[in-house]
Amino acid sequence: MDVIYIMIVVSLIIALLFFILFLRTVKTGQYDDVYTPSVRMLFDDEIVIENKKENQKQL
Amino acid sequence: MSDKPCFHCGADCDLSKIIFDDKNFCCNGCKTVYEILNQNELQCYYDLTKNPGTIPKEIKGKFNYLDNQDIVSKLVAFDDGDTIVVEFNIPNMHCSSCIWVLENLHKLNNGIKSSQVDFPKKTVRLTFSVSQISFKTVVELMTSIGYEPNISLEDASSGKKKIDRKLIYQVAVAGFAFGNIMLMSLPEYFQLDEFWLNQYKPFFRAIMFAFAIPVVVFSARDYFISALKGLSHKILNIDVPIALGIGILFIRSTYDIVFNLGQGYFDSLAGLVFFLLLGKVFQQKTYHFLSFERDYKSYFPIAVTIIENDKSESYIPVYDVKKGDRLLIRHQELIPVDSIIINGEALIDYSFVTGESAPITKQSGDKVFAGGKQIGGSIEIAVVQKMSQSYLTQLWGNAVFSKKLTKNIKSLTDAISKNFTIIIIAIAFFGALYWFRINANTAFNVFTAVLIIACPCALALAAPFALGNMLRLFGNSKCYLKQADVIESLSKIDAIVFDKTGTLTTSESKIIYSGLPLSEFDFGAIKSLLRQSNHLLSRKLYDYLKYPAVEKVADFNEIVGGGIKGTINEIEICLGSAKFVGAIEADAILQTKIWIKINREIRGKFIFENTYRATIQQVFKQLHAHYELIILSGDNEGEKAKLSQLLPLNVQFYFNQKPQQKLDFIKDLQSKGKNVLMIGDGLNDAGALAQSNVGLAVSEDINIFSPACDGILKAEKFGFLPNYLIASKQTLNLIKISFIISFVYNFIGIYLAVQGLLSPIIAAIFMPLSSISVVLFVTFGTNYIFKKLTFVSK
Repeated sequence: MDVIYIMIVVSLIIALLFFILFLRTVKTGQYDDVYTPSVRMLFDDEIVIENKKENQKQL
Repeated sequence: MSDKPCFHCGADCDLSKIIFDDKNFCCNGCKTVYEILNQNELQCYYDLTKNPGTIPKEIKGKFNYLDNQDIVSKLVAFDDGDTIVVEFNIPNMHCSSCIWVLENLHKLNNGIKSSQVDFPKKTVRLTFSVSQISFKTVVELMTSIGYEPNISLEDASSGKKKIDRKLIYQVAVAGFAFGNIMLMSLPEYFQLDEFWLNQYKPFFRAIMFAFAIPVVVFSARDYFISALKGLSHKILNIDVPIALGIGILFIRSTYDIVFNLGQGYFDSLAGLVFFLLLGKVFQQKTYHFLSFERDYKSYFPIAVTIIENDKSESYIPVYDVKKGDRLLIRHQELIPVDSIIINGEALIDYSFVTGESAPITKQSGDKVFAGGKQIGGSIEIAVVQKMSQSYLTQLWGNAVFSKKLTKNIKSLTDAISKNFTIIIIAIAFFGALYWFRINANTAFNVFTAVLIIACPCALALAAPFALGNMLRLFGNSKCYLKQADVIESLSKIDAIVFDKTGTLTTSESKIIYSGLPLSEFDFGAIKSLLRQSNHLLSRKLYDYLKYPAVEKVADFNEIVGGGIKGTINEIEICLGSAKFVGAIEADAILQTKIWIKINREIRGKFIFENTYRATIQQVFKQLHAHYELIILSGDNEGEKAKLSQLLPLNVQFYFNQKPQQKLDFIKDLQSKGKNVLMIGDGLNDAGALAQSNVGLAVSEDINIFSPACDGILKAEKFGFLPNYLIASKQTLNLIKISFIISFVYNFIGIYLAVQGLLSPIIAAIFMPLSSISVVLFVTFGTNYIFKKLTFVSK
């Protein structure tokens, strides 16, 4: 059962790793604006569609 | 009504329709924007939202001051000589099309490298290369498509605000530790005497201890600081028992594990801190797109036109304006400093400063005060005071503006916690004393257990969640408060002071025609004449007249401070003041009027009447029984008779009040023991808003400035004012009930603790349970209160 020492330590290290990553995302301001990206992600699609249409017209 | 709205801005384009590309446009401006976007393959703008645009403003010469490097350098966030990063505030931003077009600015000009929109804050961050596009061109480009950046003196003076994320880190640390400690403590809760567990106990306990340290040192540190601060001022605030509880929890738990007496209460400790911090987060609702701290700087221009000795014009930052400088103020520009008029006839709109609705005519040699807006032609003025010493800015020198942060309201929670703390310490002490005679060890246990279980977690969470939730509900119904505490202050109000112009009246004035009857052609002719003029009253009358404008105007002439004149179909029409048309004024001079003279015959006049909000009668009726109501106006007494007819008898009126007088009036009321709610709108109310216990600014459009205040109320919701007041009172009652609930919990907890029966597992269940039930109670309670109220008023 001594393996429990390793297991717990490893699991804590992984947890801490994710925790540090989370703190970094906060620090770099990724949660400052949670609205605009939700709109922005829809734009690219429309532009692509539009470009395709134009390409088709040209063809 | 037209069959089709303007394709660009959605406005009604009945009278002056422009058809371009098979689409309707209401004006040339909208058409131009469409053309610009179309040429650059940005038509997608119109696919995302229907009629997304705004009418672009006139830009000619407006941004010339951006050629001045000193001014530009104050605005940019980053500049390496070529690449410039700048953040603009764009009040016009309102839909997804706006985001799209602003993020595709690089398609309009190659010099712009990237642009990123932050929609909740209504800002766009631009990166561009100066070698390809100048700062001024960027701003002009944005303005030309209807997104004029708002550049004010404030941008230049304030350094970039650092975002404070400390609370988020604290919650994250506490939450992370809470979860992990819980995991480590579970084995001991369930398998008390298993062999394998006894072997690993020290290991688990060491990990729990390690996780608890950052929670106490980092996450909970503000409670310790606040408690110490309170104690040093001899105040027992709510943070004292909290800090005491956290401290004792940590010491007792450490003691337990060191001497192998038990597993300690580390999970309760981390959980407690986590919930308390969550309450703080919940209370901190910020409306990014609003600012509650605005002063005159947000209204003032960043640069002014200065006339040098050799008559050449250049732009200098407002801060550099010296006594004796000559400035050129154009149509619609703000006078930044107290000055004397040298040249030109001024018509100055002081509504910003005094609340006076009608513009005032000034001749050369007259003194003009900072904050006035010139309407009509350009004027030349000589500066007599530096900006910081001018009449308007002096108001901000008043102590209320610097005291703002320490506006001390003794909150309900703090008031209760004082007695609470004393009682708890007494119980802990006597409990320990009683046990000391039997067993010294148990005495220590009882003493710490009482302080742990009595830690007023539920008590401390009730107010943040109740007020925080109310704040959100208020926000949903367009009443935006600066902080959750404002609701508590609102519940204590017993006197309400109203400003008149802009608060009780709407921005649109009612226009009545009185005089000889006019034909449809006459009205049309008047309208086409008005179209030539930029005067404030002309624009208002133009919008009011719903007749098609007729033919072209010949011999148009505008006399500043007088009126306008023109010939249509060989009929000469004069519009303007009584003096201008030569009329004899018999009735009250306090009204704003436009006289009409057609072919040398005076036909009549258009009278501009203030229109009061439709809801004021009902609002005053609902309020006058419970509150002292006062109207404090910067305007003249012209409307007194009408107002007293409209409103209940016990409403008091004061007219011709200067900003400083308003402030003093509120102070005077407060010294009589009143809790004052000030409701105003303009800069002239800024002092009164800051001085009052709660200052609410009424605003037609929340994106447009309102002065520093505790809350912004959207004008259309003015009729709900009594409801907001009732809601705040009921919220406070709800908090009181939840206090009783948490006392019951505390009573049960202490009952167990004094008998020495408080085991870690009971604490671990009991403490979160009491907190969560109180939180749920106040959250559902506030939702219920709000739902019921809004329902009744509709």
